[in-house]
Amino acid sequence: MNALAVEIPWGVLLAIKAVVILAVVPLGALVLGYTFLLKMMSHMQSRLGPMDPGGFHGWFQLIGDGIKFLQKEDIVPDEADRRVFALAPTVVVISTFLIFVVIPAGPRLQVANLDVGVFYALAVSSLSVIGVLMAGWASANKFALIGALRAAAQLIAYELPLLLAVVGVVIQAGTMSLQGIVSAQQDGAIFGWSGIGNPFILTQFVGFLLFLIAAQAELTQTPFDMPVAESELVAGYMVEYTGFRFLFFFIGEFGTATAFAALAATLFLGGWSIPGVHGTAADLLGPLVLVVKLMAVAFLMFWVRFTYPRLREDQLQALAWKVLIPIALVNVIITAIIKVAI
Amino acid sequence: MAKLPGLIGGLGITFKTMLKGAVTVQYPHEKEAPPTRARGVIALSEENCTSCMLCSRSCPDWCIYIEGHKEQRPPKREGGRPRSVNILDRFDIDYALCMYCGICVEVCPFDALFWSPEFEYSEPNIASLLHNKDRLGAWFATVPAPEPLEVGADSGKKK
Repeated sequence: MNALAVEIPWGVLLAIKAVVILAVVPLGALVLGYTFLLKMMSHMQSRLGPMDPGGFHGWFQLIGDGIKFLQKEDIVPDEADRRVFALAPTVVVISTFLIFVVIPAGPRLQVANLDVGVFYALAVSSLSVIGVLMAGWASANKFALIGALRAAAQLIAYELPLLLAVVGVVIQAGTMSLQGIVSAQQDGAIFGWSGIGNPFILTQFVGFLLFLIAAQAELTQTPFDMPVAESELVAGYMVEYTGFRFLFFFIGEFGTATAFAALAATLFLGGWSIPGVHGTAADLLGPLVLVVKLMAVAFLMFWVRFTYPRLREDQLQALAWKVLIPIALVNVIITAIIKVAI
Repeated sequence: MAKLPGLIGGLGITFKTMLKGAVTVQYPHEKEAPPTRARGVIALSEENCTSCMLCSRSCPDWCIYIEGHKEQRPPKREGGRPRSVNILDRFDIDYALCMYCGICVEVCPFDALFWSPEFEYSEPNIASLLHNKDRLGAWFATVPAPEPLEVGADSGKKK
């Protein structure tokens, strides 16, 4: 019997799960925003970033920024479609919250173990497009509208390589449940050798690269940040937003980065698992292992973000349709052939 | 495909830079000495000033305010005429307007205005940036000595 098997009434359990999900997204946004946006980017530019707020290396900076946003006036443009305008940031953030529902942090630490976990995660992650379109349309601003339409075109284009990259993993694991994919990696074997299990980053390396590139585009991060290109669209669909609504977009952006990093860690790096660790130990170590893997993936994503300049709109679309999708399709076919052959 | 090596090289550059450490200075905690001839602030040598108003009139921003009056002094020689002297009452520079062009320093015929490398005189209130002749005179102590002339140069003094 598992030591953590405590009987909790379902109502309390539901409340705990809701609180955890509500806490994880802003917390993830804070941690990633601080570690990578403030600190890593600064060091890559030969500077230190914020050093004073909070005393130790400016750790309080983002929290202070958040408090500042909360104090600001909530400005709604005269011509704006008020209801849609107010609702849009919430839609974006909700899609982030929903992804975390299926990401497992331990053998039993998961809000919901859906049989179609991967499918669900990728489906709700594209909900944010609707929020972005709502924001762009309701702002009654041409920059916002252009930004939102670019975001929509880009998210749809890169949804395909994202899905196809994951298909390889699903074929190899033989399941769409994230918990199942994790245990397939923990207990799997690479062509008969089971020393370190079978983290799919080794056997699905192409898929991993495709997933990272497509996730970068889904997050509208550089080099795929045409929708929010500040030098031509100011801030794209966010241009009319102030105060806590802007804060919502910020949390959405970095929360989704956390979610995609966690998803990539789960799909390709074995998620919460360490080869050979099972039972209660896995329950306790799980969240820590997941966070370490998540940060490693996030490092890759932000490293790319802070290195490359922006792609032009047509280059961006050409990369998705002419390069990534064919590679992803070939990857799926080869994976399927090997899966059937062995 | 041909661009791949460049893309990977770019990642290498940012990674190396990240490990190298910062080149910036954490200003209020540690300070960098400005170059000795830095144009930090304009200092006034009050006894050299004859309130001729040349600096004030040549200032593109009109940020120098000068007021003065004439006084009669006793003659140098017995039976001569009394001398008239210009007394400086007010010499203010509004650093909220000043654009640090240095025309006043160039135009001063009596060596009364100098560049000083001092730069820490920011104020929370814009009106406090109007500095009077006492403050400008205090900065005169921070003016570096003129650089030595080049070898063989004409010293300009009459032999």
